[in-house]
Amino acid sequence: MAQFLQQLINGLSIGSVYALMAVGYSLVYSIMNFSNFAHGGVIMLGAYFGFFALTILKFPFVPSFLVATLGTTALAILVERIAYKPLRERKAPFLYFIISAMGASILLENIVIATIGPTFRTYPQIFDRSPITWGPLAIGRLDLLMFFISAFCLIALILFIEKTRIGKAIQAAAYNIKACALMGVNTDRIILIVFGLGGFLAGVAGVFFGMKYTVYPQIGNITTKSFIAAVFGGLGSLPGAVLGSVILGTLETLVAGYLSSQYRDLIAFVILIGVLIFRPSGIMGRSMEDKA
Amino acid sequence: MDWFYIQGILMLAGINLIAVLGLSLLTGFTGLFSFGHAGFMAIGAYIGALMTVSPTTTPAGLGLPFFVGVIAGGLGAGIVSYFIGRITLNLKGDYFCIATLGFGEAIRLILNNVQIFGGSRGWPGVPYKSTLPAIILVDVVAVLFLANLVRSRHGRNMVAVREEELAAQITGINVFKYKMIALVISAVYAGVAGVFFAHYMTFLQPKMFSLTKSTELTIIVIFGGLGSISGSVLGALILTALPEVLRAFEIWRLVFYGAAVILIMISRPKGLMGGMELSPGGIRKARAERKARLEAQREMKQAQEGEIRNA
Repeated sequence: MAQFLQQLINGLSIGSVYALMAVGYSLVYSIMNFSNFAHGGVIMLGAYFGFFALTILKFPFVPSFLVATLGTTALAILVERIAYKPLRERKAPFLYFIISAMGASILLENIVIATIGPTFRTYPQIFDRSPITWGPLAIGRLDLLMFFISAFCLIALILFIEKTRIGKAIQAAAYNIKACALMGVNTDRIILIVFGLGGFLAGVAGVFFGMKYTVYPQIGNITTKSFIAAVFGGLGSLPGAVLGSVILGTLETLVAGYLSSQYRDLIAFVILIGVLIFRPSGIMGRSMEDKA
Repeated sequence: MDWFYIQGILMLAGINLIAVLGLSLLTGFTGLFSFGHAGFMAIGAYIGALMTVSPTTTPAGLGLPFFVGVIAGGLGAGIVSYFIGRITLNLKGDYFCIATLGFGEAIRLILNNVQIFGGSRGWPGVPYKSTLPAIILVDVVAVLFLANLVRSRHGRNMVAVREEELAAQITGINVFKYKMIALVISAVYAGVAGVFFAHYMTFLQPKMFSLTKSTELTIIVIFGGLGSISGSVLGALILTALPEVLRAFEIWRLVFYGAAVILIMISRPKGLMGGMELSPGGIRKARAERKARLEAQREMKQAQEGEIRNA
């Protein structure tokens, strides 16, 4: 029982980071109806921004955190302006958006490989490594912080979308972007805000990911899994993305703990395929209709 | 630049071309995007190698001749793609891409755990059987088959599915069937490419068939131009040979790929050849279209001038 609870705790902590990443995919999907694969690259650069702020600029933790998140916010908006805006203006079919996103993802990953290099880098130690123990259970300090900050960011995001005027506009755009524009909402700005929000959360996720594991350009494996979590929860649904991430994170740690860590990566794809076969709209997603 | 080196590049380009041609049918003519064709290449490569590897190096090897491996690899990939198609081809929009991505990665991860193939450490000892003439022969057959298929009734139905799925369905085209045909043929092509790849590298590792490889194949199709066989041929030759010529810039290769894809999407989504063919008929068609366009422009101008005069 204690082992099971321990696995559950580990699962929740990795699940919360997945959630930060997955929400970025879902936010963009809800407005623009395509999978923004470049999001993975933005998360990866977030980890690097944080790393260099800590090591080269020798900033303390909080300013480094800000550097990383502001950097990724700007980067996400930049990607939108360069890779998607011309397509939006031309009203290109969604397939072009996916291809452009793939291009941006390859570009970001390989710029890092070509300039910074493919080596693994380890964040300097910021938090005490000794875990907090409670009976037979142990929780890493970093895991605890990760969980609380992720939860805080996600709750703040949901409140922002539910309670503010801009949030209402985002909801409206997700429902029907054309009608929303006709009602006088500046949809171009809404899209900018959505990419900015996704970018900000990508920065948070990147820094935490870098601190918990290491920083390297092919972080894409992890971001692909968070994308699967978003599909699992239902693309376009924020609570779905969070739920999908938590379930995926927990299942992964359980599989790694009880079966074999070899199969940990496979479980995500098995889930993905299962979801696509039986319920493509995910746990909480709207069912997709062909708008022809 | 000795002949051996050039031959190596040509062989790699030829192998890529086989896979790209299949993907060209799926993406360029039927309008389905796949991020998992490296998975079909992997299936072809492993099955093909299983057929030809001699039993003395790998206990499971059958030691059969190379052409048996090619056929088995192509068939194996085709059969797997049929079952994958059965469950994924009904998915709409993004979700088909996502499903292929999932299957491609799942195939790689499963191979990582199959111990008779050496798992993630890799599988050495595949015999060196791929020759340049054999690859060129397969390329020629592949191009001819595709060119005829595309011009047939079936090919036109596929283009109709690409252009407007709903309308195609209403006019009585069995959309699912044509998507399936395109998928299976593209998977067979990828499988055959995989067999040649295995017998060129003489070493297999699941890592070779990652998402990056799938994306690279899709990029070549887009670069060459959607809906153009000659575009795919040019794309495969240029994009495989270019990084070899610019060896010093090896690490910048994929940066260039990424930038090129974005640039093509935002400025010339039709790619290099976009819907045109480099054949006598294709050139005639292109010239006729150009002439018609110029004429239309002239007429428009005359009409405008007329309007100005009338005013």
